[in-house]
Order: sequence, then C-alpha cells, then structure tokens
Amino acid sequence: MTVGPATFKQLHLQGVRREFDAFTALKGLDLTIERGEFIALLGPSGCGKTTALNCIAGLLPVSGGRIMLDDRRVDVLRPEERGFGMVFQNYALFPHMTVRKNIGFGLRMRGVPKPELEKRVDAALAAVRLESQAGKLPGQLSGGQQQRVAIARAIVVEPPLVLMDEPLSNLDAKLRLEMRQEIRRIHQSLGSTTIYVTHDQEEALSLADRIVVLRDGAIRQVGTPAELYALPAHLDVADFMGFRNRVNGELVGMEGEDALLDIEGTVIRGRMRAASSGRAAVAAIRPDDLEPTGTDSGIPVRVEAVEYRGRGFHGVGVTASGTELHFASPYPLQRGAAVRLGADAGRVLVFGDAR
Amino acid sequence: MSAVMEGRAEGPTLRQRLAARGIDGATLLVLPCVALILGLFIYPFLYGLVLSFQPKDGSLFGNYARFFSDPFLYGTIFKTLRLAFPVTLLNLLIAIPIAFRVRLMRRQRLLTTLLVLPITLGTVLVAEGMLFYFGPQGWFNRILMAAGLLSSPVSVLNGYWGVFISLVLTGFPFTFLLTLSYVTGIDPSLENAAATLGAGPAARFREVFLPLLVPGLAITFCLSFVQAYSVLPSAVLVGDPANATRVISIAAYQAAFEEYDYSMASAIAMIMGAVQLLVVVAVLGCRSLFYRGPAAGAKG
Repeated sequence: MTVGPATFKQLHLQGVRREFDAFTALKGLDLTIERGEFIALLGPSGCGKTTALNCIAGLLPVSGGRIMLDDRRVDVLRPEERGFGMVFQNYALFPHMTVRKNIGFGLRMRGVPKPELEKRVDAALAAVRLESQAGKLPGQLSGGQQQRVAIARAIVVEPPLVLMDEPLSNLDAKLRLEMRQEIRRIHQSLGSTTIYVTHDQEEALSLADRIVVLRDGAIRQVGTPAELYALPAHLDVADFMGFRNRVNGELVGMEGEDALLDIEGTVIRGRMRAASSGRAAVAAIRPDDLEPTGTDSGIPVRVEAVEYRGRGFHGVGVTASGTELHFASPYPLQRGAAVRLGADAGRVLVFGDAR
Repeated sequence: MSAVMEGRAEGPTLRQRLAARGIDGATLLVLPCVALILGLFIYPFLYGLVLSFQPKDGSLFGNYARFFSDPFLYGTIFKTLRLAFPVTLLNLLIAIPIAFRVRLMRRQRLLTTLLVLPITLGTVLVAEGMLFYFGPQGWFNRILMAAGLLSSPVSVLNGYWGVFISLVLTGFPFTFLLTLSYVTGIDPSLENAAATLGAGPAARFREVFLPLLVPGLAITFCLSFVQAYSVLPSAVLVGDPANATRVISIAAYQAAFEEYDYSMASAIAMIMGAVQLLVVVAVLGCRSLFYRGPAAGAKG
C-alpha cells in the first residue's frame, strides 16, 4: 500500500469546492498551510468547516479545485492512500478492540513489524498517559480517556497531517481545558501539522498558530489569534470573537485613523475596519471594554440587570432607543440607575455597510 | 434530628420498594403477552410433549424408538438439514454484500417494500409462480432452449432444487432485512476512521465490519434457519415429497393426518424442535466468542 510521505513543506487548498445537490457547502477554498502549523478552522455550525476537513481527509470527494501536498495532488487519492491522521468528533474508536489494538490498528495496516509496532504503541500510550488502560475496551473508558485513545490512534502512525473534528465538543468544561493543553503539548512534541475544526473561539485562540474563519462555505478571514482577536476584518468575525455589543450609528467624520460615530446623539471614537458607502455604520465593542465613564460623556443607558462575576460586575443597559448594551463595571450598580458608557477608541471597531 | 428519623421509621412503602426494582403499574401491561405465550405456546408445547410419551403401543419411548429405527423417518432430519443449512447460508452470503450496497442508498424504503412483498405473498404463491416459470412451457426452459443451451426442457421442479430455489426466494427478504438492520446499525464513522488509518475496503470489512456483524449475523442465521427447517408447502408443491424432499414436517403431517397418530406426530414435532434448538444453541454458542457490545464509536 502506498501511504503518503512522512513530511511535506506546504499543503495547498486551491479553489476547493464541495456541492451537495443544490447546496454549495464550500465555495472555493484557497489556503496554504505550512508544515508544523496548528491551523484552526473556526465558524458557526453549517459554515462548511467539517466539510472542508472531510475533503482534506478524503472522506468526501471534492466537487472542484485541488488539494496539493507540495507538488503532489492528493484530492484524487482515497483516504487510505493519503495517510493523514484523523480524530473524529465521536472518537470512532473500534468498540471490539482493546485500547492497545485500537492504537496499533494504523501501524498494522501499514505492515509495521510486530516488535516495532509494540514499541510505538507503548510510546503513544505514554504520550497520552493511558498505559494502565491498555487492555480495556473503549466502552470501559471515560469520555476524556476515549478522546486520548482517539488522539493516540491518529498520531501513532506519525502522519504528516493530523485532522481534528471538534474533538473536545463532547467533554465537560474542566476536561476540555485539560485536553486542550494536552493537544497543544502533543502537537508541539511531535512537530506535526494539525488542522483543527471548532466552533469555539476560545479553543481556536488558545490552540492555533493561525485561525481560518469560515462562513457560508467561504473564508472570511485568516490570521493569528492576536490579529483576529484585536482586529477582526468583518462584523461576523467580530461577532465570533466576542464583540457582543453591536450598535448602529452614523459616521460624522474622521480624525486620523479614528472614525467618529454618532450613536443616538453621542459621538464615540473607533477604529474603521470596513468602509462604508453611505454614513451608516456599526460599532462593535466587547462587553469587557465597555465601562461606565463616571463623567457626562459616553452613551447614556438605563441599567436593566447586574450580575456578579467575581472580579467585577457584568451589566446590561438599555439605550434611549432600546438597544441592549453589555458592559463591565468594577463596582455594583442599582437596577434602573442611569449611567454613561464609554470605551477606548482602540477597542471600538467601526464596520461600514460595505462588507 | 432523631425525632424526625423516628417519625419515618416505617421506611419506604411497598409501592416504593417495588418501584425500586422496576415493578410499577406499567408492568401489568406485560400480562396479556404472558397470557398469549402461556396459552398459545407453553400449553400446546407441554401438551405435545406429554402426548409424545403416550404412544399407541403403551410404552413411554415407543414413538421415539420407532422414529430412530426407521430410516424413512429419521432420514427426514438430514433431508431437511440438507435443505435448510445451505439455503440459509446462501441467503446470508447474498444478503451481506447487497446490504452493504443498500446502506448507502437513499431510496431504501422503496427497495424494502419490494422485498417485503414475497414475505406477504407466502410460500404457496411463490411455489405456484415457480410452477409456471420453471415448467416445461415456462420462460426458463423456453429461453434456454431458444438460446440453444438446452435441447429438451429440464425439470428443475419436483426435486431438491425446486425446494431450494423456493426457500431462497421466500427466505431471502427476511434474511436481507435483518442483515440490513445490523449493517446500518454500525456507526459509519468507524469505517471512515479505519480508512484514514490506512485500511483498504477489504481490510475495513475484515477488521471492523465483520467482527461487529458476527453476533447479528448469527441471530439472523438462527431465525432464517428455523424458518427454512420447518418448510412444508414448497417441499410438497415444487419438491419431491416422497423422496428427496421428504422433510421432517411432511413426516409429522403424515403421522398426524394420514395415520391419525397424534402421539407420533407430537414426537416428530419434538424431535424437529430439538434439532432446531441444537443448531441455534451451537450457532449462538460460537457467537459468544465475539465482541457483543454496541457497534458505535463511543458512548453518548
């Protein structure tokens, strides 16, 4: 059996399309991934991220475009010929095989001689800290342990590319954090290239070297976590990056880099992120960046609700026109109180209607 | 504190204790089924069992002694096995690849409807159709003769192969539908996982599907086998009921309604049941050598 090369320099997606009958799940994906990178495909459900992963794995044929490993075309190969490791959302462990057999499966299919197979399975078991569970069936393991078996099974063959499809979505919050570190650690120690599908921005931000934000089957933005977090290029990317407040306003001028936006009579400053054809624009602000000013500048709101959040308070205010604003406050506020909210110009992103 | 405890010293009520063991009002719904099983299965079975030990000659084992000393009688066991075993195996072997193809199809319901039809038609209608189709003037012989493959009509009917074909036709839909349900019960992501790990189609079948299917296939085999073993109408209609296809149910029928020896007929029925039970136990015994848990990739 010919299995792909152990290494490569770049993986290219060139106009990768995928259609399901009348529905286009992927509208021509162009992306270059460097060897050793950890790439997160981030997007809401139905954005095509899992479809993209399945196309790369070979589980779904592409409807158009090409997938290249350096100058070798892989989209025409069957999944068993590509040699990529894949971790499935439901783990897809073989229920009739022990943990050890599950992990050794890929090596056995590649015809690795028994002594070497045992040695590598032992190493993989140690890497995911499951030595003591080797003889058990998957059904006897907890969710987190099953997850680790699935990861070990995918990486033991030392694939040039590891694909992960929302591997943490079935775990509870605490385990999710632990496994996140584990995945990062394994990625770094093996130096493998990883494509990780998730709808959780926190997961993407903490794991990835670069994040690819998908929406409606197309790439919206590609960038490092820091870039995406600070300067999302689109309103929907901002939405995904935690800019929970979105306020409609009117552009009234520019001052250097800063746009001046009139929101219900109050002018605030923000960074212009997408041009506007007219004067209508939207300001996007994270709740953590919006605070009571304590002066008579800022957007006036009436406090609707206040929640204790440990390090501070989370407030919900309503403007005169009825727009809800989520904000942070270092001190408690009375329900019904009138406050004015403001944010640093660098923390306010202004998006025009020209998307 | 202790006063509060004493006030409830009686402990849970009888109702609560029953409920803790899974017995509540809804459990009563089981009664009609129990009554049916008792009345229509257990009682007739026990009646027949007792009757079989009261032969005409007055001895306890007279019927069984007669059955096992007369080749014309005990031979029926093997004649029936010779039919039922290969037919069931063949049905299973045909059903597996078709089920693997059908599981990927979208219009499964249409196909399953078509397949259920032979079950509803029953063996008699199928046998009648075969009489026309395979008869000397039927399509089968006419086409083969027109093609020059035959010089005179062959007689498929009135012998082993007639019953064989009839059993395949009537047994296949049942075997297939059961097999299909087992095949589709296997999580498709397991196949995907095996593929990404480098397993080709043959290896995926051998390493993943087959081990997970064996328990279900064993049950399918048993049910199909029991059905085929009790063949009567087609053995008479398209077979050779005096010789090659003198199956065990014909022997029982003759004892009951030609010799009017109900005791002997009961004994034959008991022997028939014992043979079926033996095969079923053997097959299910082999099943226990395999993994029998859920065929999914993970728990919830």
